[in-house]
Amino acid sequence: MAEYAVELRNVWKRFPGPGGEVVTAVKNVSLQIYDGEFFALLGPSGCGKTTSLRMIAGFELPSEGEIFIHGRPMGKTPPYQRPVNTVFQSYALFPHMTIGENVAFGLQMKGVDKKEIARRVAEALEMVRLSGYEKRKPKQLSGGQQQRVALARALVNRPEVLLLDEPLGALDLKLRKEMQLELKRLQREVGITFIFVTHDQEEALTMSDRIAVMEGGVALQVGTANDIYEHPNCRFVADFIGETNFLDGTVAEVDTDKARIDLPGGVSLWAHTPQRVAVGQAVTVTVRPEKMHIRPNATDVNQVTGYVTDIVYIGTDTHYGVVLSGGQTIRVREQNYSAESRLLAREGEAVCVRFSIEAARVLTE
Amino acid sequence: MSAKKRSPWLTLVSILVYFFLYAPIIVLIVFSFNASRTNVVFEGVVNQGPCGPFYWYCELFRNRSVMDATRNTLIIAFTSTVVSTIIGTMAALALQRYDFFGKKVSETALYFPIVTPEIVMGIGILVFFSAVFGWINTALALAPNQRLTMGLGTVIVSHIAFSIPFVTLVVRARLHGFDDRLEEAAMDLGANEFTTFRKVTLPLIAPGVLAGAMLAFTLSLDDFIITFFTTGPGATTLPIYVYGLLRRIVTPELNALSTIWVLVVLIVVAISQWFQRRE
Ligand SMILES: Nc1ncnc2c1ncn2[C@@H]1O[C@H](COP(=O)(O)OP(=O)(O)OP(=O)(O)O)[C@@H](O)[C@H]1O
Ligand SMILES: [Mg+2]
Repeated sequence: MAEYAVELRNVWKRFPGPGGEVVTAVKNVSLQIYDGEFFALLGPSGCGKTTSLRMIAGFELPSEGEIFIHGRPMGKTPPYQRPVNTVFQSYALFPHMTIGENVAFGLQMKGVDKKEIARRVAEALEMVRLSGYEKRKPKQLSGGQQQRVALARALVNRPEVLLLDEPLGALDLKLRKEMQLELKRLQREVGITFIFVTHDQEEALTMSDRIAVMEGGVALQVGTANDIYEHPNCRFVADFIGETNFLDGTVAEVDTDKARIDLPGGVSLWAHTPQRVAVGQAVTVTVRPEKMHIRPNATDVNQVTGYVTDIVYIGTDTHYGVVLSGGQTIRVREQNYSAESRLLAREGEAVCVRFSIEAARVLTE
Repeated sequence: MSAKKRSPWLTLVSILVYFFLYAPIIVLIVFSFNASRTNVVFEGVVNQGPCGPFYWYCELFRNRSVMDATRNTLIIAFTSTVVSTIIGTMAALALQRYDFFGKKVSETALYFPIVTPEIVMGIGILVFFSAVFGWINTALALAPNQRLTMGLGTVIVSHIAFSIPFVTLVVRARLHGFDDRLEEAAMDLGANEFTTFRKVTLPLIAPGVLAGAMLAFTLSLDDFIITFFTTGPGATTLPIYVYGLLRRIVTPELNALSTIWVLVVLIVVAISQWFQRRE
């Protein structure tokens, strides 16, 4: 068996636009997805997630590049000959069939014998906790239940890869959280590779083994949740995943893996440099709010001064808005260890914000 | 719901409308039991021969010309319904699914015959067939008994032609809002194009297809004008036969024929309504 469950090699997809122009939905995307992995395609609306997924499923063919499933090049293989199944955002349950018939559909197409179909349908419905719903029509089920039927209908075929296009998009928050856990449990149980499309960064972070962040048809960064949160490779990824501060400046001094950056207003700070930078280069420094402190006893290298413009108390944390002497606004998040923590500073008060070199990261794009 | 009083005029107009719509049909049915041959005044219920009050109905079934015309009408209606339903449905699917150059134009062109006066269509088809047949007959130098002439074939072809737009229109209405994802889901689950059509697309659009077929059937059943222009010897249909009768004597036999006809159309329309209403 090949090393990767799914591989996209330099895949492009162009559509004819409404006015005769060309819309490039996917630009030179290369991805390697391991067997048994829970892989998320994350990005804002219109970034090409669905198009990428549809090319893996075979509903669209790449304009350029090649897709491999377990090492086999897919070429023009039609959807019904690919070892993948899809869970659609709209569920796409067959309205004229019962739940049982819906789930049995794929097995019937494969010519599995009747007894075996009955057994596996029952098993699949049990897995999604819908035993006893066989005789109902999709319309008689709630959104969450329909979603689970869609899942059972795909999983009952034991595909090599399961593709899920924002399967939780239509659910309310509570049900969504429940289904996230359930999906994760199912994936561990069946051990099938899941490729999961979402525009919700929190969902991607909590569920996936690895995430590809997409924007404008380009896969910007691929990595674990920790990777992309802690080591974003560009401004877009840093901004899209979690909350962060950006400080624009120029490189003043370069060390092996760190550099001194001068900010407007005479402030300078040391930051980690994952890529080589040159003195005089314009760069952006990103620092996560929770890695900045206004606690007086912090021993961090970087110290910038400013004054507090606003304080938001949210229980576990207190958020401080701070304006630096150069005019930049940053947000600092202090954890509330004790009841008095929120008294660290008052609005209008001058403070010194501290953070480590590792917390500050230089971005060149 | 609302306490507003309905205008008595509205009630009156409604009654009048229904009266004018249904009174002739009721008179027609009543006169099919008339004892008088002349069909002008009602002279009491006929009671003659073994059929009693249904005397004229029995006469009808004994009439060779009527039976021939009925057979022709049904052959034309069934054949043209089956063919136009298949072609019309395929056209609707193609218009729904594909974007192609000149789609707008071809769609408008498809519906144009619906609004074209039937007599224009009739003349057009007649001229077309005469020209083509004349050309083929001369080109192949066919013997008189081999020549292509107007007949059942030309009537069927023209009925198919005028039914297609209606079928397409009805099926298109049903396809509106059809979720393409359902077809993709079927293919995703291993069904090829044909199985997908048979197991998913067709069952979902079936009510529209059946309604279209019923419409085509009733249109063909009572078409007079186009049939009049395209028919030939031995291809007389019921409407043509009735028209012929009108110029001679009108006996209650004709009423009996019309009554059966009305009943058939009523049943077909009821079935089509039932299919359309079923989700
Ligand atoms: N069939 C198509 N024809 C033309 N353009 C298309 C087609 N499908 C997608 N696009 C365009 O390609 C781009 C990417 O679309 P895609 O559906 O992949 O986005 P997405 O990331 O799934 O977004 P969302 O989160 O909104 O679902 C969009 O700009 C879209 O308008
Ligand atoms: Mg999408």
